[in-house]
Amino acid sequence: MIVADRKPLKELLEMVKDFNKILIIGCKGCVTVCNAGGSKEVGVLASALKIARKKEGHPLKVDEKTLERQCDPEYVDQIKDTVDGYDAIISMACGVGPQFLSERYPDSRFFPALNTTFFGGAVQHGIWEERCAGCGTCVIHYFEGVCPIARCSKSLQNGPCGGSNEGKCEISKEVDCIWDIIVRKKMEHDRLDELLEFRPPKSWTTARDGGPRQSIREELVI
Amino acid sequence: MSELKSGSNLEKVLKAGHFAFTGECGPPQGVNVEHLKEKAGYLKGCVDAVNITDNQTAVVRMSSWAASLILLQEGIEPNFQMVCRDRNRLAIQSDILGIYAHGIRNMLCLSGDHQKFGNHPDAKNVFDIDSMQLIHTVKTMRDNGTFLNGQDLDMPPRLFIGAASNPFAEPFEFRVHRLAKKIMAGADFIQTQCIYNMERFREFMKKAVDMGLDEKCYILAGVTPMKSIGMARYMAKSVPGMDVPDSLIKRLQGAGKGKVAEEGIKFALEQIEEFKEMKGIAGVHLMAIEWEHKVPEIAEKAGVLPRPSV
Repeated sequence: MIVADRKPLKELLEMVKDFNKILIIGCKGCVTVCNAGGSKEVGVLASALKIARKKEGHPLKVDEKTLERQCDPEYVDQIKDTVDGYDAIISMACGVGPQFLSERYPDSRFFPALNTTFFGGAVQHGIWEERCAGCGTCVIHYFEGVCPIARCSKSLQNGPCGGSNEGKCEISKEVDCIWDIIVRKKMEHDRLDELLEFRPPKSWTTARDGGPRQSIREELVI
Repeated sequence: MSELKSGSNLEKVLKAGHFAFTGECGPPQGVNVEHLKEKAGYLKGCVDAVNITDNQTAVVRMSSWAASLILLQEGIEPNFQMVCRDRNRLAIQSDILGIYAHGIRNMLCLSGDHQKFGNHPDAKNVFDIDSMQLIHTVKTMRDNGTFLNGQDLDMPPRLFIGAASNPFAEPFEFRVHRLAKKIMAGADFIQTQCIYNMERFREFMKKAVDMGLDEKCYILAGVTPMKSIGMARYMAKSVPGMDVPDSLIKRLQGAGKGKVAEEGIKFALEQIEEFKEMKGIAGVHLMAIEWEHKVPEIAEKAGVLPRPSV
């Protein structure tokens, strides 16, 4: 899923400082699962903004709404009758949400409440980790199901570099060296010879480097 | 290793069977060319080639190709270092052509320290290709006469291809295999990470020799004399991939006030003596970090002077 973190309250207060009535829109997709932008978080942010503004002597009226998904025009449409009644709208979806909203409602002002961080999952309660870089050409089968593009700090395909130490990456003792894991898995399964093969330079054309991407499924296009 | 691949002095020294001795010099953080010339001047005649580092530890300095050209003008053979952190495959290939055109004949291919360690931690890193792929790129350009895309070069750059090896990084069991992979990718010579843990290095070299790697490639052992206990502690704790045994730190502490640097040099000299006899070692790469003026003394005491003229 797409993982995101909420922006600090101070930053959000600054965004809405000139407004008197806003709508906060959550999303029931990925950001609900990673506890960043679901209906619960919409409620928490609404209260926090109202309290802070009340303290400043400049009260803010905040309405709440959470859509099934903000990355789907069908659901984005559901607010068409209410959107005009607000000075501004804060989206608590990933970076896709506020963009879909502003494309659909060009006369309204939208602000992002989240910083979209990565594609990943929860490794334990409250901790999410990156797993995929969305490079467009999956290669994890060469690396025992582990992605060095997303998880090596240098995206090495012929690692590990000289900075691998006690299973940790050179950039921080808090970061696992993913190449250490790959090598150990290969050894465990007696497949080390596969790592001795030279991995040629990767084509990044399918990644962001190739420009904005589009996925067309002909059979579904109406 | 029958024909000369580049004709560089370093290649000729190694090919003639001499025990090679290379040095290192960091370009200035500015345009103080005189200081660079002064540092490099100490190395002249003491070493077979001088590595010119490429924004080492991700700190911005004069570009390594430019500093390499200054050394050439001073009559010193550079070993031009290139990292993958700051260039994509287009810049890499065009820089390779450029440095060759200006007379550079040795090139060391590296991944590069992560920018987090440097003075521009906010920078985007490139890492379009990795060090293994960089070695392969130089070899492809030299031996196939083509760019990475297979398109012909009008005239191939004949470079002596170097690579680094860190025998101390982990997983330890894989390090020698990664060295083998670098040699397969096209490395003609290897300069290792600074060695302090001699026991581990002997073990590493035994594996390399057993695999016949020393017959396919020249391996130069990395030596950096410890200047102080603070430096030893810093290397032990803060430099990625460095293995400084406690016994060495204790030895330096035992040297007494004002004598630590002397003891550091003594340890380096003992290492060099052992490397001269160690099977599979073709020379020493001396990285006297901002201590270039000590190189003549170390070279003299190590008995590697005069340098062979080939």
